[in-house]
Amino acid sequence: MGRLSVTLCGVGLDNPVIPASGTFGYGYEFAELYDINVLGTFSFKGTTLEERFGNPTPRIAEAPAGMLNSVGLQNPGVEKVISEELPKLRKCFHKPVMANVSGFSLEDYARTCALLDREEQVGWLEVNVSCPNVHGSGMSFGTDPAAAASVVRAVKAAAKKPVIVKLTPNVTDIVSVAKACEDAGADGLSLINTILAMRIDLRTRKPVLANTMGGLSGPAVFPVALRMVYQTARAVKIPVVGMGGVSSAADVLEMLMAGARAVEIGAANLTDPYACKRIIEALPGEMDKYGIGTLAELTGG
Amino acid sequence: MLQSLFEIRENEPVARDVWRMTLAGDTAAITAPGQFVNVRLEGRFLRRPISVCDWREGELTIIYKVLGAGTAEMTGFPAGKTLDLLTGLGNGFDPSEGGDAPILIGGGVGVPPLYGLAKRLLALGKKPRAVLGFNTAAEVFYAGEFRALGCPAVLATADGSLGVRGFVTDALPEDYSYFFTCGPEAMLKAVYRKTKTSGQLSFERRMGCGFGACMGCSCKTVTGFKRICREGPVLRKEEIVWDD
Ligand SMILES: Cc1cc2nc3c(=O)[nH]c(=O)nc-3n(C[C@H](O)[C@H](O)[C@H](O)COP(=O)(O)OP(=O)(O)OC[C@H]3O[C@@H](n4cnc5c(N)ncnc54)[C@H](O)[C@@H]3O)c2cc1C
Ligand SMILES: Cc1cc2nc3c(=O)[nH]c(=O)nc-3n(C[C@H](O)[C@H](O)[C@H](O)COP(=O)(O)O)c2cc1C
Ligand code: FES
Repeated sequence: MGRLSVTLCGVGLDNPVIPASGTFGYGYEFAELYDINVLGTFSFKGTTLEERFGNPTPRIAEAPAGMLNSVGLQNPGVEKVISEELPKLRKCFHKPVMANVSGFSLEDYARTCALLDREEQVGWLEVNVSCPNVHGSGMSFGTDPAAAASVVRAVKAAAKKPVIVKLTPNVTDIVSVAKACEDAGADGLSLINTILAMRIDLRTRKPVLANTMGGLSGPAVFPVALRMVYQTARAVKIPVVGMGGVSSAADVLEMLMAGARAVEIGAANLTDPYACKRIIEALPGEMDKYGIGTLAELTGG
Repeated sequence: MLQSLFEIRENEPVARDVWRMTLAGDTAAITAPGQFVNVRLEGRFLRRPISVCDWREGELTIIYKVLGAGTAEMTGFPAGKTLDLLTGLGNGFDPSEGGDAPILIGGGVGVPPLYGLAKRLLALGKKPRAVLGFNTAAEVFYAGEFRALGCPAVLATADGSLGVRGFVTDALPEDYSYFFTCGPEAMLKAVYRKTKTSGQLSFERRMGCGFGACMGCSCKTVTGFKRICREGPVLRKEEIVWDD
């Protein structure tokens, strides 16, 4: 066990740094830049049952210390991910990868997870419950404890790998959603997804995003994310992966101190393609500063 | 793609609200005209994508228009200041295609990448001509630089203050073997409709990363989804699908 190693749902990680879904593609853009095996693991682009183009452009806007996106889950669909992306990834990444899954119905989630569950490369299923339920109210599954729990039960029945439920911060009480997921059998939780936000272009007097609204991420959301990780980690027994605005080794330590077992890093990869590598390299020095011997000391394992 | 530091050599206005910046640094990642760099600005989260106007070993030039706060701030950067750039982004134009007499059609700050392209077309022994469109005479730049290369340049201004009154499509010659174009999307669409030959069009999109990681810049084409920052910004005429 190295100084940086942690365990996530029974699977060991060399370090707790995990590029977040949607900011790292399927890995190989970054593999051209550095050896991505230095990562703990990474969460690949949100994958759905069918191919999706996503929302119209513009899909990106800037914010003070952050960005908005309304990409809308563009991905080639689970079958192509398995037949094309995973074989390419196998050549440059030799660790278990986190498979991020989205769906618009319980059946979507279950079928997509069942297919990815069979792939040897997949170590964890990260189930993004921030998507709207097209058969239900149209509200996101993750904003209602009962709906989130129903996704967890559907996925747990379809898959054997550890299921990490990715929670949306766009709720009044994230703890009640977290507990409902734990009770429904989730093996872990990850949070936060992006915060619903909007920008208007003064020149055109119209929203910058074609979709009007999008999700805010980046350093701007860090204290909000930290607070939610803290509240959630205290309320559940399953491991919590913290994310939202993490952009330095110090931020990683802060997230772990708030109760996270591991940390995902999103928007920082987009503005500094070497962000995760740099953060991993800076971690030991940062730990020395605060007299932290091993990360397991902070995370409890 | 390469992330590296560049030092500003020169930063001067070339027309109203249009500035040219020359930067010294490692240009090894730049392989084609029409590629772009993504410029990090202190205190602003997203990088600013700007086309490479011209480059040689150890030096590159960009030409930027003051649009919002970021580009306004850039006009204050002194020589000697260092900037963090991602270089070698995008596919760029392929100058080897399209016969001996291509036409280069540029609008506003779509003109700069065509300058680097003109140089490379001339080096291939081709005879490019340019049609450059601007709003008004005060915003015109680089017509002289194109001519100095040996590439004839016709001007069009929307208000008629210089050259042909109207748009680039009003100033196109009859005979050309191919076209290369860069400019606002409305202009690209007009060029697409007006031109009779095949060609290459360079697009703009709001970008999250500029190197293919975020899917922020996608578009539909006849051969599937493409990322403007990676499989673009240059698309072939035949593959374009307009949004509306
Ligand atoms: C591939 C490519 C090449 C480009 N080449 C040039 C060039 O050679 N010269 C030039 O003057 N401009 C060019 N642009 C446009 C340039 O990126 C924007 O004008 C610039 O980002 C505006 O920044 P700002 O801070 O002044 O504006 P703000 O409006 O304050 O910027 C806010 C955010 O919106 C983005 N944004 C605003 N307008 C645009 C736009 N038109 N395209 C893309 N992003 C935008 C900014 O990057 C930033 O993230 C290019 C754009 C792309 C995509
Ligand atoms: C461009 C972009 C695309 C994203 N796509 C997904 C996605 O497909 N699935 C998902 O669960 N989260 C997605 N996210 C959310 C991130 O994984 C992360 O939860 C969020 O951005 C907060 O972390 P950050 O502040 O470090 O970016 C996306 C974020 C961004 C910026
Ligand atoms: S801007 Fe991120 S993929 Fe093109």
